[in-house]
Amino acid sequence: MTTTNEKRQEYRALFKNNVKKRLLVDKIVHIIIFAFVIIAIIPLGSILVEVFKNGITAISYEFLTATPGSIGSGEGGIGPAIQGTLIIIGLASLIGVPIGVMSGIFLSEYGDNRLARNVRFFNDVFMEFPSIVLGIFAFLVIVLILGHFSVWAGAFALALIMFPIVARTTEESLKMVPVTYREAGTALGLKKWVITFRIVISAAKGGMITGILLAVSRIGGETAPLIMTILGSSQFFSSMDVPMDALPLRIWRLSLLPYESSQLQGWGAALVLIFVIIGINLAVRYYFGNGNGMIRKLIKQGGLVKK
Amino acid sequence: MTMSTPEQKITNSTDSQIPDTTSHVEKKFKMIAENVSIYYGDTMGVKNVTMKFPEKSVTALIGPSGCGKTTFLRCLNRMHDMTKNAKVEGKVMIDDINLYDKSIDPIYHRRKVGMVFQKPNPFPTMSIYDNVTAGLKLNGVKDKRILDEIVEDTLKMAYLWDEVKNDLKKSAIELSGGQQQRLCIARALAIQPEVLLMDEPASALDPIATQKIEETITELKKDYTIIIVTHNMQQAVRVSDYTGFMYLGELIEFRETKKLFTDPKNDLTAKYVQGQFG
Repeated sequence: MTTTNEKRQEYRALFKNNVKKRLLVDKIVHIIIFAFVIIAIIPLGSILVEVFKNGITAISYEFLTATPGSIGSGEGGIGPAIQGTLIIIGLASLIGVPIGVMSGIFLSEYGDNRLARNVRFFNDVFMEFPSIVLGIFAFLVIVLILGHFSVWAGAFALALIMFPIVARTTEESLKMVPVTYREAGTALGLKKWVITFRIVISAAKGGMITGILLAVSRIGGETAPLIMTILGSSQFFSSMDVPMDALPLRIWRLSLLPYESSQLQGWGAALVLIFVIIGINLAVRYYFGNGNGMIRKLIKQGGLVKK
Repeated sequence: MTMSTPEQKITNSTDSQIPDTTSHVEKKFKMIAENVSIYYGDTMGVKNVTMKFPEKSVTALIGPSGCGKTTFLRCLNRMHDMTKNAKVEGKVMIDDINLYDKSIDPIYHRRKVGMVFQKPNPFPTMSIYDNVTAGLKLNGVKDKRILDEIVEDTLKMAYLWDEVKNDLKKSAIELSGGQQQRLCIARALAIQPEVLLMDEPASALDPIATQKIEETITELKKDYTIIIVTHNMQQAVRVSDYTGFMYLGELIEFRETKKLFTDPKNDLTAKYVQGQFG
């Protein structure tokens, strides 16, 4: 202790004393933060409102289930597109999620070497790739070789978009799990893979699911890679080897048509896409019981869930 | 008395590395550490420590912060395997098997050695029951009847049973800090170890919880060989039979606890146990 009392007094005198001004600054900072939040919400909110306002009138039972009618007639629906979007998201997830999760585990748990550093670097580069490039790649290696448009090619292209996102978020979530849990597992005489899969992953589950849902939402709205791979169709799914429809493709086509009734259907399809994505998010979160305790509680109170 | 550097005061006599057991019936040694040195990169954290741990007794490791006592404790379970830059030299014998032998699978031997850490670390996504049985279930024990039996036994040994017996399905992180630590003791005991390593198990706890942990240790000593790192000299006096004093990575003195605290042979030990530095 070398600080003398005089010196301490001197130091204290250096502190800012203008309480009023500081309270004011505090308030201003609050207001600025709030203002920026509003600025961020306005475009987001107005898109939602616009889509809802325009799209809701188009939605009917027929619209949701029927195949598209003749161009410009305002008849028919987007049934094949809804079906196609669910199929393509499902297939892409089936390919992209396991690869992404495993890569993430590798990067986090075994990732302290040169190979992993390279994988991490290319993964990050890959994540920023324009999706149309991945579409062209799928076109070249699958569509051209097979000689026809294919659902697999679409799923492949979307999986390529998906797995770097899943890998990165998985890695980050696993790294957040404190080393003390791994130590506790090690001290219990557990093998490393048991610790990783039974202890670390269960602690990181929330973050991993968020990452997967982020990737699902991202591919749900992708249009460009689908043009190159599944092309679009007005028929329900019949085979993996023929073109298939998807909501983003349908929205894109409808919005380009010069007829007001078609554009209205485009709005409707956009609204449906939003609901599909929200629906997948809520369903997955509910299933894994994380983040949305409120929904779980509501459903429980409604008596839909036992226990 | 003139001041001298601690280095000058360290004795190299091997007597200091074996507890003075003459006044007791000859005890069997459960674990023996021979010439153990531990490096972190180029830094030497533990310097050539030799210690013999008598069976069914409590050995305390004391010393100021950074003296290497936790580092040493962790090598008794090969926990340094998890740290990339750590390197361990020397031998750690448990029942005549060298834990650092190339042909040894550390996983098998870790099951003989339970460990309790400084901060309570129950698995956050598991219930109390699942935490206790984690080491068993994940090692292949499936029989529900045996699991139930072990849960009750170990929670009783850790003095936690009465507080949680009606809430075994409750999440482990809903327990208080002291309860969590006793849960971790139960979890460590569930794999039926023969040695229990404890790294300052009470440092994050209040006096009442600490007392409970100490009672647990005293009770467990009947069946287990316990090695405990502690910051708290009173705790070492209360719970341990033997105490080793470490300083700057070396073992300075290792004797029966009573003798170490009342009649230390080494000046440095004397100063430390009298609270002249810490």
